Amino acid sequence: MGDPPPDPEPPSQPTSSRRSSQVSERRRTRPSVAPLVHEELQQIPLDPQILRGSREALSNQSNLHGWPQSTSLTPNENLVFQAEDSYVNPGFPAAVQRQAYLSEGRLQASQNASLMLQQLQQGEGNLFQELESAYQEPPADLGQFTMYQREDLPFSQGTEHGPYMTDDPTLQFSPSELGFMSFNMELPEPEPRELAVQNAKAYLLQTSINSDLSLYEHLVNLLTKILNQRPEDPLFLLESLNRTTQWEWFHPKLDTLRDDPEMQPTYEMAERQRALFSRSGGGEGEQEMEEEVAETAVPNIMEKAFYFEQAGVGLSSDESFRIFMALKQLVEQQPIHTCRFWGKILGLSRSYLVAEVEFREGEEEAEEEELEEMTEGGEAMEAHDEEEGDEDEDKVMDVIPKPTWKPPPVIPKEESRIGTNRYLYFVCNEPGRPWMRLPHVTPIQIVQARKIRKFFTGYLDAPVISYPPFPGNEANYLRAQIARISAATHISPLGFYQFGEEEGDEEEEGGAGRDSYEENPDFEGIPVLELVDSMANWVHHTQHILPQGRCTWVNPLQKTEEEEELGEEEEKADEGIEEVEQEVGPPLLTPLSEDAEIMHMAPWTARLSCTVSPQYSVAVVRSNLWPGAYAYASGKKFENIYIGWGHKYSPENFNPSLPAPIQHEYPSGPDTIEMSDPTVEEEQALKAAQEQALAAAEEEEEDEEEDEDEDQDD
Amino acid sequence: MEGRSFGSPWTRLLLATWRALSRAACAMDAESLLLSLELASGSGQGLSPDRRASLLTSLMLVKRDYRFDRVLFWGRILGLVADYYIAQGVSEDQLAPRKTLYSLNCMEWSLLPPATEEMEMQTSVVKGRFMGDPSHEYEHTELQKVNEGEKVFEEEVVVQIKEEKRLVSVIDQIDKAVAVIPRGALFKTPFGPINVNRTFEGLSLSEAKKLSSYFHFREPVELKNKTLLEKAELDPSLDFMDSLEHDIPKVPGDCGCGLLEQRGTPQMLLRGLARGAARGYLLGVCVLTRSCIQCIGNTLFCHTPSPVTPRPSVFWNE
Repeated sequence: MGDPPPDPEPPSQPTSSRRSSQVSERRRTRPSVAPLVHEELQQIPLDPQILRGSREALSNQSNLHGWPQSTSLTPNENLVFQAEDSYVNPGFPAAVQRQAYLSEGRLQASQNASLMLQQLQQGEGNLFQELESAYQEPPADLGQFTMYQREDLPFSQGTEHGPYMTDDPTLQFSPSELGFMSFNMELPEPEPRELAVQNAKAYLLQTSINSDLSLYEHLVNLLTKILNQRPEDPLFLLESLNRTTQWEWFHPKLDTLRDDPEMQPTYEMAERQRALFSRSGGGEGEQEMEEEVAETAVPNIMEKAFYFEQAGVGLSSDESFRIFMALKQLVEQQPIHTCRFWGKILGLSRSYLVAEVEFREGEEEAEEEELEEMTEGGEAMEAHDEEEGDEDEDKVMDVIPKPTWKPPPVIPKEESRIGTNRYLYFVCNEPGRPWMRLPHVTPIQIVQARKIRKFFTGYLDAPVISYPPFPGNEANYLRAQIARISAATHISPLGFYQFGEEEGDEEEEGGAGRDSYEENPDFEGIPVLELVDSMANWVHHTQHILPQGRCTWVNPLQKTEEEEELGEEEEKADEGIEEVEQEVGPPLLTPLSEDAEIMHMAPWTARLSCTVSPQYSVAVVRSNLWPGAYAYASGKKFENIYIGWGHKYSPENFNPSLPAPIQHEYPSGPDTIEMSDPTVEEEQALKAAQEQALAAAEEEEEDEEEDEDEDQDD
Repeated sequence: MEGRSFGSPWTRLLLATWRALSRAACAMDAESLLLSLELASGSGQGLSPDRRASLLTSLMLVKRDYRFDRVLFWGRILGLVADYYIAQGVSEDQLAPRKTLYSLNCMEWSLLPPATEEMEMQTSVVKGRFMGDPSHEYEHTELQKVNEGEKVFEEEVVVQIKEEKRLVSVIDQIDKAVAVIPRGALFKTPFGPINVNRTFEGLSLSEAKKLSSYFHFREPVELKNKTLLEKAELDPSLDFMDSLEHDIPKVPGDCGCGLLEQRGTPQMLLRGLARGAARGYLLGVCVLTRSCIQCIGNTLFCHTPSPVTPRPSVFWNE
C-alpha cells in the first residue's frame, strides 16, 4: 500500500496526490463533501489518465482507512457502472489474457471468457466487483504482476467505492445524477456486522514475511480463473487449480521485450523445412516449362507409404511427404540416376533417413578420386612419419625390437557399383537438413560390424568404441550395417528380375554367380495369396556378403606383384601352411525358402495386410532376422523398407567377444629368467675353485717367469 | 476409398482435436488413438487402417463390458505366426493394477491373468520370439536335484511353459521398465487415489528435454531410498513416483533407459530402452504430446489433456 502507481504522464502526478490528500482530509472532517466535489470537478481536466491515477490513489487511501467499500450501492450507481464497463471493455480481453491465459493460446476461449465476464459484471455486479477490488491493492514488489493489475483498474476502479464515487468521470456527463449521489454521500457508521466483515477481510489480506501474496488475492485469482475457464467440475479441480494459480503468481511470464527462447529449435526446423517446400516448388515449375514431363529419379514415396501403411508399418504420411521433398532436394543437388528411400535407422539422439542412390555414368568417379586422393594423402603422411621415426631410432642406436606379428592381409574393398558398394548412400537426420554421403564400405568393416552391437547416436562423426575395435567412426559403422541389412533383407517377387543374357558364360567364373540382373519386362505379377503362402515366390536381389566381407571372393594370400618381389621367401614359407578355402555364398536371386533357420525360427513371416478383404490386400513380408525390415508386393509393385535400430536379432543376449589370450612378449630363456641365489656351499666351492685357479695361474706365471729367466739366461 | 479420406493426417488431427476439446468427464484414451498413433509413427510402427478401425470399435465395447474407467491401447507384440494386440483397462485410481486384455484380430478380446513373481521366474528362461498362439507351449529342460534316499542326483526335467504366461509376464516387465508419464500429468489426492490432472498442459520445451520431468508409471521403488534433503524439494502431490533421472544406464551411453528425441514439430518422443531381466532390450515408444496441432492460421492452438498416460505406446519385443 501507499504505493501510488507511477503515472504515465508526470504532470498529472501532483494533481492526483494533492487531490487524494484533500480527499483524505475531507474524509476526516466528513461534513460538506458535496460542495467540494463540485469545485474539484470543475478543476480537474478531462484527462482519463489523471482520473485513473487519482482514483487509484483514492482507493488506496480508502483501503488504508478500512472504509466499507461496496456497502451502499444504489441502483443508479449500478447503472453508472454498467456504462463505465462498456466504456472500458475494449481493453478488457487483453488484460485478462495476460493474466489468466498466459500459458494458453486459446483466443477463442478467452473471447468467450470475456463475454462471460461482461455478462457477469452486468448481472452480478456486486459479487464481481468485490472480487475485482482485490486486484487493486498492488503488492509492493510483485513487479510484473502489478503492471497487469494496473491495467485492470479502469474497469474495476469505479465500481466498489460507493461513497467516493464523486470522482467518477461518468458523473461529469450526468450532473443531475451528481446531485442525487451527493445526497447519498453521507456515510452511515459501520454496523457491527460490517465491522466483522471488515475484520475478516483484513485478516485475509494479511501477507506473510515470505510472500507478498495474501490469501484474499489468491482466492480472488482462483475464483476469477475458475469463472473465466468454466471447467466442468470445479470442486474436483480445485486442488490442482489452486496450485497452478499460485505457481503463476510466482512465475511471471517473461517480458515481452525479450524473445522467448524456448521454441527456437522448432522454429529453426520449420524454417529449414519451409525452404524445402518453397525451393522445390519453384524448381518444379521451371522444369515443367522446359522439359514437359521430365522423368525424375525421385520415387513416389507417397504411394509406397500408402502400401506400407496398409501393412501396418512405415512413417506417417506427413513425414513421408517431407522425406519425399528431401529426396527431391537431393536429386537436384547431386547427379543422381536412380534414387530410393532405403529406410530409417533410429538413433539415441537423432535418427538417420537413408537414401539409396546411383549416380549417372561417369559422375561418380571424379568424386571418388577426390576422396581417394584425400585418404591416400593421409596414408602417405603417416608413412612418412614412420620413416622419420625409424631414422631417429637408428641414431639412438637402441633399436626397439620389431614385433614378429604380422597383420592379416588386407582384403581389398569392392569397387564402386559392385557388390557391397553397388549403391551410394546419403543420410540426413531430418527432412530439410543437409544430406551427407556415406563412404564406401570395406570388408574389414563388415567383418567387425558383425561382431559388435552398438546403438547409433545420430552423429556421423561419433567414434565407435567397441571391442573388437571397429575401424572407423559411426559413418562407417552405419554404412556397414546398411550393407548387411540390404544384403539380407532386400527381396522381390520371383520373376521380377532376371539375369541378363550376355552374362551366362561368366557364371562359372566366380563362386558367387552372376552379380547383375535386369528387370523382366514379361513379369506379370504373382497373386497375393501365393506370395503369402510360399516363400519360394520371393527372391533375394542383393548379393550375399561372404564371411570375408565381400560379395565376390578374393584370395587374401594372392599378392600383388610388388609384394611378390619384396617377400618371395616369406611367401614360400607361408604357402605350405595356409591354403584358404574359397568362400561361397548363395547365388543372386535365390528364393527365400532356402534361407537358413535361426534357432528353429523361420527367418521370414508373410502376411496379408488385411485378413478381412484378402482380394484387395497386399502381401507383406517381415524379416525376423532384422527386426524392422519389411517388404510388400502387390501386382507388379514391390518395395523394401527398413525402420529400426540397425540391430540383428539374436535369440541369446549379446555378449561382446572375450579379449584374445595374452600374447607372449618374448621367448623365455636364461636371459630373462631370474637366477636362484647361490647357497653358501656353492659360494665356498666357487671360492675354492677360484683360489685354486688363481694358485694354478700363479704357478704357471712363476713357471713362465722361470722359463723366461731361463731363456734370458740362455 | 472412404477410409482413405478419413485417414488423411490433417482430418485425423482435426478430429482428434475436436474430440480432445469436447472430451467428456471420463476420458477414454482409445479415443485419441488415431492421433497418438500418428505421433508415434516415427519409429516405423503403426496400425493398418483396418486394424485401427476395428480397434476403435472393439475397445469401445470392451470399455462397456468390463466397466472400465478408461481403456488404453497398450501396443502390440509381434509374433511369428500372429501378432498380439494388447489393451489395458484402468479403474478410477490410475496407479491401481490394471487389467490386461489381448486380441489377435483386434475384435475379440480375452482377459489375461494378473502377473505374479512366480510367473516371471518361470518365464524368464524362455528365449526367442513369440509365436502368436497363446496356447503354444515352450519346452525348457532344466536340471533338478532329486533326493532318493541318501543319494542326490540331478535329473533333467522338461518344463512346459505356456505362451500366455509369458505374454503376461513380458507385458508386466515392459510396463515396469518403460511405462512413463510426464511430471504433473497425474496427481495424488490427499486421500490416496491418483487422478488425472486435467489442468496439465504438457511440458514446456526446456522441461521436456530433462529426464527429471518424467516418471516411471509404476509404484515407486527408488523414492523411499531418497534422503530427506532430496525429498524436501519434491511436491508430494506430484512427485510420488520414480523419476527417470537416475536410471541406469545413463543416456547417452551404449543404451539408455529413457531418451528423448526432439522432433521437428513441438512434440517430444520418448523412447525407452531398458535392459530386461533376461531378454536383451525392451524397446518402447511413448509419445508425449505437448500440443497436437501447432497452429493453423495462428489461432487454433490446442492442447490435449490426454497425454496423461504413456499410451498409446507401441511396444515390440526384440
